[in-house]
Amino acid sequence: MSLLDIKDLRVRVEDREILQGVNLQMNAGEVHSIMGPNGSGKSTLAQVLARRETYNVTGGEVLFNGKDLLAMKPEEAACEGLFLAFQYPVEIPGISNAYFLRSALNAIRKYRGLEEMDAMDFLPMLRQKLKLLDMDDKLLNRSVNEAFSGGEKKRNEILQMAVLEPKLAILDETDSGLDIDALRIVAEGVNAMRNPERAILVVTHYQRLLNYIVPDRVHVLVEGRIVRSGGPELALELEDKGYGAYDAGAGASA
Amino acid sequence: MSSNTEAIRELAQQEYKWGFVTDIGEDRAPKGLSEEIIRFISAKKNEPEFMLEWRLKAFRYWMTLEKAQAEPKWANVHYPPIDYQAISYYSAPKQKPSLNSLDELDPELLRTYEKLGIPLAEQKMLAGVAVDAVFDSVSVATTFKGKLSEVGVIFCSFSEAVQKHPDLVKKYLGSVVPHTDNFFAALNAAVFTDGSFVYVPKGVKCPMELSTYFRINAAETGQFERTLIVADEGASVSYLEGCTAPIRDENQLHAAVVELVALDDAQIKYSTVQNWYPGDKNGKGGIYNFVTKRGACRGKNSKISWTQVETGSAITWKYPSCILQGDNSVGEFYSVALTNNYQQADTGTKMIHIGKNTRSTIVSKGISAGHGQNTYRGQVKIMKDAAGARNYTQCDSLLIGDKCGAHTFPYIEVKNSTARMEHEASTSKIGEDQMFYLRQRGLKAEDAVSMIVNGFCKRVFRELPMEFAVEAQKLLSVSLEGSVG
Repeated sequence: MSLLDIKDLRVRVEDREILQGVNLQMNAGEVHSIMGPNGSGKSTLAQVLARRETYNVTGGEVLFNGKDLLAMKPEEAACEGLFLAFQYPVEIPGISNAYFLRSALNAIRKYRGLEEMDAMDFLPMLRQKLKLLDMDDKLLNRSVNEAFSGGEKKRNEILQMAVLEPKLAILDETDSGLDIDALRIVAEGVNAMRNPERAILVVTHYQRLLNYIVPDRVHVLVEGRIVRSGGPELALELEDKGYGAYDAGAGASA
Repeated sequence: MSSNTEAIRELAQQEYKWGFVTDIGEDRAPKGLSEEIIRFISAKKNEPEFMLEWRLKAFRYWMTLEKAQAEPKWANVHYPPIDYQAISYYSAPKQKPSLNSLDELDPELLRTYEKLGIPLAEQKMLAGVAVDAVFDSVSVATTFKGKLSEVGVIFCSFSEAVQKHPDLVKKYLGSVVPHTDNFFAALNAAVFTDGSFVYVPKGVKCPMELSTYFRINAAETGQFERTLIVADEGASVSYLEGCTAPIRDENQLHAAVVELVALDDAQIKYSTVQNWYPGDKNGKGGIYNFVTKRGACRGKNSKISWTQVETGSAITWKYPSCILQGDNSVGEFYSVALTNNYQQADTGTKMIHIGKNTRSTIVSKGISAGHGQNTYRGQVKIMKDAAGARNYTQCDSLLIGDKCGAHTFPYIEVKNSTARMEHEASTSKIGEDQMFYLRQRGLKAEDAVSMIVNGFCKRVFRELPMEFAVEAQKLLSVSLEGSVG
C-alpha cells in the first residue's frame, strides 16, 4: 500500500479550477519532487494535502496511510503524521518557539495515546535537533518566527519537522529566499531525516534544491495536471529547457 | 475559515464554572435606598458617629446626582436604566456575631470557598497568601492575621478597621476618591458594607501576597465594597483580588471603590482577576461592574502599579488611575480586557503627572469576540510643574470574528513642554493563516486560538504574580466561549 495515494484530485478557488485531476502515488522511504512554473498549482496541492480549508475540493480522493485524508481537519492530518514546511512561515507574537514546539509535539503525542513530554526531556532533544540545523539556542526563546530572517524562518520549519518526525513531509518552496549556505544546511537537515519509514515531497520551482536533496521521482505540474514524471534526470532537463515545452495544450503529449 | 470558526464555537460552549449558588441563611436589608437604610447599615456595623456622618453626606450628594440624572452616560456602553430602589443594599450571611477561628464559620460557606479554590484555611500556610473573603456584602474571614501583625501589617475587613483603627480610616478614607468624585463613588460611599483594609507601616516589606476574594451570592442585591490600602514611607505590598458570582438572569450591580495611598519611597502593586458572571450567550444577566479605582503616589519615589485581567461582567466601567504627585513617582497600568458574546467593556486608566520626573506606563490589550464591544479609554495629563514627565502608552486590540468591535479613545493633555510622550496602537484579527499554521502542527482549533490570545497578552501576564498568571491564562481560554458567530 502506498503511503500517499492521490486519485484524480480536483480543486477550485472561486470559479477557477486550479487542480484538474492530479494523480500521484508515494511509498514510504521515497523522496518525490513536484516542479512546475508559477501558477501551475504546486502550492495549492501542498496546502490541500495539509487540509487548508480555504480551498474547495470538487473531486477525487486522497488516501494517506490508507485513511481518507480529505475528511480530516488540519490538526488530524498533522497528528496522523503529515507535515507541511510553509513557504511563508507565520509569526505568532508572544509565544516562544520552544513552548510552541513542545505544545505541538504533545498535541500529536496525545492523539497517538502517548504520554506528554515534559520540559526536562524535551529540551535536550530539542537542543540536539538545533545542532543538526546549525541554529542558535536563542531562537528557542524568541517568539515563533517573529523578527526571524528569511533563512531563519526556513530553518525553523525544518527544525519543527525534525522534532515532530512526520511520516510525510511536504516542503513548499523551502528553497525560496535562501542563500547558498542556508540552502545547503536546510538540505542537510532534510537528508538526515530520510529513512525507510518516511516520505518527503519537495515542491519547488527551481532545480537547485534538488542538487542537494536528490529525489527518487520528479513530477512536472503544469496548469493543474501532472504532465510528465521521471527520475532525477528530469529535473536537469527542465533546468536546461525550461517549462516552455509544457505550455498550454502541450500537456497532451506527456 | 468556516471550520476554524466552528471549532472555536464548539470549544467555547463551556459554561461559566463559578455559577453555583450557596444555600445559606442571609440577613438582608429591605430593598431600596433612603436615609433609614443608611442608618440601618451603619447601625448593623456598629459604626462610630463619624462614619455615619460620612455616609449621610455622600448619600445626600448622591441624591442630588440622581435627581439631576447625572449617572455617567459618556462611556461606550449601553444598558437599560437601573432602578436603584429595587436593589437591597445589605446582605450578609447569617453567622454568629464574632468568630475566633475558621472552625466557627458556617460550613456551607467554607465549602463555597473550597469550590472557588481559595486557600482560606490557615493550615494551608504553604500557599503563602493571606486572604480576606468578602461574601455578598460582608467580609467573613481574614487569614494569616497573626503572622502579619508580627511585622505590624494590618490586613483586615473594612468593618474591623473602622472599629480598631478609626484614626487611620478617618485620615485616609475618601482622600483619593472623594464621595463627590462620580455617581457610583457617591453611591458606594453611602452604602458600602465592607471590603478590605491594609496598612503597611514605615519601612516594612509585606512578607506575603495579600488577597481578597469577592463573591456575590444573594439575588437582587448589589455589592458595594471598599478597599483602602496605605503604604507608609518605604513600605511595599502586593495585593490581589479575584471576583466571581452565581448565574442569575437579572443584572446585578457591583459598584466598588478602591483607594491606594503610597507615601515616600513606598510601592503598591495591585492585581485583579475579574471574573464576575458575564451573562449568558444571548446577553441575559450578568454583573454591571462600575468601579472606581485610584492610587495616589503622594510621596517622592513612590510607585503604584495596577494589573488587571478583566474577563467577566456584562458591563465593565473601570479606570484604575494614578495621581503622580510625588517627584520621581511612577504609575503603571497593565490590562487585559476580554469581551465575548454580548459583553461590553469601557476600561482604561488615567495618569495625572503633577510631580517632577514622574513616569507612567500604560499597556492595554483588548480582545473582542462574539458581539463583544471593547473600548480603551485613557487619559494622560501632564500638569505645568511636571518637568521631565514621561509617558509610554501601548494600546493593542485583537478581534476574533466579524461581529465584535474595538474602540480606542486616548486623551492626552500636556502643559509642560519638557514632557515626553509615546503612544503606540494596533488593531489586528486572528488570522486564518495563523490558525492554519498552528493547526497544521497538530493543535486543535481552540488551543490555537488560546495560544494566539495568550501570546497577545504576554506583556501583561508577565506582571502578574505566578499563580495568578496561570489562572488568568486558563480563564481566557474558558472565556472565549462561542467566540465567532
